Parts: sequence; structure tokens; C-alpha cells
Amino acid sequence: MIRMELCKKIRIMNDLGLHARAAARIVELDRQYKSQLFLKKDDREADGSSILSILTLSCPKGTEIEARIVGEDSEVFMEKLSQLLGQRFEETR
Amino acid sequence: MTESDIGVQKALRGVAVSPGIVIGKARLVDRSKVKIYYQYLIGDDQLNREVERLEEAIRTTEDQLNTIKNGMPEQLKGHAFILDSHLMIIKDSMLYDATIHRILKEKINAEWALKKSLEEIRSAFIQVDDEYISNRVNDVENVVERVLRNLSGDGQESLSHINERVIIVAHELSPGDTSELNTTKVMGFITDVGGRTSHAAIIAQALQIPVVVGLESATQLVGEGDLLIVDGNSGEVVINPDDDVIIEYQEKHLRHEKYKSSIARISHLPAVSLDGHPIVVKANMEFLEEVTAARDHGSEGIGLYRTEFLYLKSKELPTEEELFQDYREVAEIIAPEPVTLRTLDLGADKFASGYEIDRETNPALGLRAIRFCLKEPAIFKRQLRAILRASQYGSVQLMFPMISGLQELLDAKEMMRQVKDELDSENIEFDRNIKVGIMIEVPSAVIMAETLAKHVDFFSIGTNDLIQYALAIDRVNEHLAYMYQPFHPALIQMIRQVVNAAKDAGISVSVCGEMAGDPFCVCILLSLGIKELSMNARAIPIIKKIIRSISIKEARADFEEVLRLSTAKEVRQHVSNRMKTLVPELAEKGYLEGWDYV
Repeated sequence: MIRMELCKKIRIMNDLGLHARAAARIVELDRQYKSQLFLKKDDREADGSSILSILTLSCPKGTEIEARIVGEDSEVFMEKLSQLLGQRFEETR
Repeated sequence: MTESDIGVQKALRGVAVSPGIVIGKARLVDRSKVKIYYQYLIGDDQLNREVERLEEAIRTTEDQLNTIKNGMPEQLKGHAFILDSHLMIIKDSMLYDATIHRILKEKINAEWALKKSLEEIRSAFIQVDDEYISNRVNDVENVVERVLRNLSGDGQESLSHINERVIIVAHELSPGDTSELNTTKVMGFITDVGGRTSHAAIIAQALQIPVVVGLESATQLVGEGDLLIVDGNSGEVVINPDDDVIIEYQEKHLRHEKYKSSIARISHLPAVSLDGHPIVVKANMEFLEEVTAARDHGSEGIGLYRTEFLYLKSKELPTEEELFQDYREVAEIIAPEPVTLRTLDLGADKFASGYEIDRETNPALGLRAIRFCLKEPAIFKRQLRAILRASQYGSVQLMFPMISGLQELLDAKEMMRQVKDELDSENIEFDRNIKVGIMIEVPSAVIMAETLAKHVDFFSIGTNDLIQYALAIDRVNEHLAYMYQPFHPALIQMIRQVVNAAKDAGISVSVCGEMAGDPFCVCILLSLGIKELSMNARAIPIIKKIIRSISIKEARADFEEVLRLSTAKEVRQHVSNRMKTLVPELAEKGYLEGWDYV
């Protein structure tokens, strides 16, 4: 099995930050891939498959986080994650 | 409740939020926290069994949540997200995996392990600065509570399984609870908390069952199986009524029904006062389905179409096309009568989906209504486009909510101008003479009414919010329900000021809050010079009846006296007495006492 690890810095741009709905969207995305997602803010790392873990990371608008994805489909997962964050979770702003 | 109290008649008074009278048995719904849970150690050989017990309880909980979700009535689908997030939380590694890990490692029972996991999650949430996020711990507590109940074998007290005809008694009912209510079985409900415009109230009205909220101690005073009378007109609840009282209420109920049908028969006729002044009576509506009810009750148009529902219905914002189709349909059904569409009044308590705002300390004073729309031009313009496009399919008017001063109005009108230009450049037809008005519901708008009147075609006074803002009372706070006073002299002065400003500018003015549909307030509104009222469709027959029974000239003379009164209590007393002489027939029928709520 190929184990790939990808890291990318992402700035949270939606007005509400990583609130409940946004966190839920990330978890939903995570469920579609075999790879594991971690979101790191300062020295804390959240488990991308856990809505509670993402919420308690507390990321208001403007927060820079590092997304780390480990696993065979990390590339496509990272792409989709960047898209989701880039679209600001399909909020209107 | 002591032993000696059992079976003794007691009367409570709360806030009547959904009319009608029912007599039935009480069914107490315990929504308080789970009692005591045993904590014990598990032997090594029993650990796997304990994990299975937890997994079983979690599966049951998931099934329950899915059942609630799938059984939600169409009008509540907008709340489904809450249940989705609960389903996600229940399998979250911080809860699920962590609890299993605890059972195995610490060798403790499932309840204990679950409590420990909850504590750890709680401490993680406490450290979050963002109040909106830290409050989400309530969702975790809610889920854990369900699992604990299932573990203890108590089962979930689901409201959907109520198969007797009962009256629900609860401290409060959550969105999940109310969406489970089986309305063929549940005759009515009463709660300790909540106000006239609370969530439970809105649902109850949609379900058309009598409801009284804000009773404060109903769950302590009512025993399981007690006989209850719930009067959703007056806000009275009688526990264990004696025979005389039951008969009295049954008669009242019958009189009410009979009277309602007698006035309903003539409600399609215009409302003209005794001295010949025609008064326009329109309906407020929120759901597309209500438009026919409005027409059937004899309304002369829609005076207030609250357009929030489409935004609350699904997670995604509605498309311009969806909005357009909805508005067009209303306009076509009600034509040739006009419909007044109020632009988005989202924010504050009504916000449910599609777009989330950070938890606000003072949502009623927060980013909502026109403020929200001006901040989100894309959302606002989409709605304006839909309204303008619908305007050529009937008689459509538009009004902006929560205007607090001229600048907001000018900004909103500027956006409207831009949208009109866009439509023009795309060769899309719309009514060029569409009338534009504003809601008067913020005290500063009352003071600026003279200036504002020069820039609009009409005013519509939203008394619900105006009372809230003018008297500085939170509409949903049950402790303040008694202060929600339409008869407050300050409010009467404010309405007078608005009417005069409109008259001077030659524009029309209507009232579209609860006051418009309150039999006791009508007289005052008419004496102030109001010629148009818009109300809940159900209230139209009685209000028309009252209009036909009063002389505006006499009401005006009487009003001079009202102006000299300085407390809401005096005004109410005065109006109440006057109504009984002006409309004696109503008092005789025992109808008016049902509305004597303030």
C-alpha cells in the first residue's frame, strides 16, 4: 500500500469560521476517502473525521490551519477539501 | 405537590398562543435530565458484553433519530440539520470510540464511561472562545442523554408513540419534539416556558391545536392523568376542574364554535363601519398554502407575506426561480387583490438554515432583516429580482422590514434601482409602478416617520416588534409576557404619530401585527385613523364583525378619553368596558372574555 502524506496551509475564509455546518461538511467529505485527515491550528491537531474535534479546534474566519492528509487517496481528497474551503462551504459570501 | 392537593381544582394562567378550547387528560413529558446512573466496575469477562450493550443503545438511538427525521412534517424539514448533526455526534470518535475505549481500559460500566466522555468533551468545549461553538455542547448533552435513557432501558419517551387523546404537559418542547407530535392524538399542549412568538407557538398555530405556554410551573402542578382544560383563547388552564367548570367550558367551547361559524358566513362581505367608513381587511401569511385560507376567510388581499419560509426550508438558499414561482403563484391566486411581499426578515430567532450567523448576544438587535440584506447584496438582489419578475402576474407590492432610518431606506431603494436596470438590460418585464413601502417597527422610524413618508408609497406598522423595541421587552421571555402590552400609552402615541405622518404625506398606512387581529385593539386602531388592517386569516371574520358594529366617529370621541389615561391597565380597562357597550352582542356570546389576555 502506498502511504502518501500531503500538507497544505489553508485560510478559513467563510464568515462564520468552522461552525457546526462547515465542520459537518468536512466530516462528510472525510467519510468518502480512505485517507485520514488532520487539521492543525497552532500546536493542536484535530481529527478530520470528528465533528467535535473540529469544532473544539475553534477556527473563526481568517484562521490559518494546516491540513494534513495521510493515505493512498490523499491527493484527490486534498483537492476536494481545498475546493470545499475555497467555496466557503457554499455560503454566499 | 402534596398529598392533599391531589384532585383539587387549580387554575393557572399563561400565554395563549394557539386558539381553541380542549378538555382532556394530561400526559406529562419528562424532558428534564436523566436521574441517577449507577457506576460500577465490570469484570474482565464481561467487558465485551458491556461494549455490546453500549453499541445496542447507540443503534437504538440512531434509529430513534432517523425515525424522527423521516417523520418530520414537510413544514418542519428545515430543522432536519439538527438531527443530522446529532447522528454525526453519536458516532464521533470523541464520544463513541472514546467511550468504548474507557469501558475496556478502565473496566467501568457503559453509563459511567459515557458520562466521563461527556465530561471530557465538555471541558474541551468550555475552552472555545466562540460562544456559538461552545454552545454546541448542548447537542452533545442531548445525544448522550438519549443514549443514557436507552441504556437504562427507560426507552425514549417519544411523542410520536402517544396513542391516546391527551394534552401534553412539558417544561418546554424542542423542535424535535414538536415535529414528532401526532396531531390526530395530541389535543393540545402546555409548557412552562415560552412566549407568544416562541418556536412552540409557531408550530402549534401551524398544527391548529390549542396551546398555552409560559405557565412557569405547569409540570410541577399537573399530575399524570389529571383532567385539564386548556383554553387557547384566554391562556387559562384548569387542573382537575369540577363538574360545573367542565360544563361551563364545554358551553363556552360550543358557543365559540357556533359564533365562529355564524360570523364566518358573512366574512366575505366588505367591512364598513356603522357610520359608513370602509376598512380594508387583509390577511398575513407565511406559507404558500395559506393563500387560499386567506381568501376563504374573506380577506381583501395579503397585507403581509412573510417570505422567510423558503429560506428556512432547506440547507441551500432558494434559487431566484424558486422564489419567483412562489411569489407568482401567490400573486395569481389572490389577484385582483394585492399581495404585499415583505423582503427577507431573517436573522435573530428565525434563523435556521442556509446561512448561519455567529451566536448573537442580542439577536433581536442584531444582524437581521434589512441590515442583513444590505450586508448581503447577492441574497437581497436575488429576492428583489424574483419579486419584480412576479410583479407582472398580479398586484404586487414590496416592503422592507426593520427600517430604522432614512439611509437604510435609500440604500435598499438604490439596490432595487440596480435590479430594475439589470432586468431592463435583460429585457425582462416587471411592473414599473410597483409600490414600495416600509415596516414601521423600530422606534427611531416612528420618530423619523415624517421624513420616511416622503420616500415611500405606504407604511405598515408591525406592532409585534414595535412593542418589543419600544418597551424593551424580549418577546420570548416568559417572565416578561405580562409586559407585552398593546395598550401601553406610549405605543398608542407612537401609532398616532405614524398615522399623522402618513396622512400629511398622503400615503397609506396599515397595521399588520397581532394588534390588527385583536378584537380589543381594533377600536383604538380605527379611532387613530387606521383604514387598513392585516392579520392572521382566522381573525378576519371576528374583526370584520367588530368593524361593522362600531361607529368610527364615536370611537374617535372616546379616544380623547383614552389619551388622558397613563397606564396600560387603565387603557385596557377602559377599552374593555367600551367594547362591551359598543359591541354588546359579542360580550353576551361570551366571546370577548376569551381575548381578554393582556
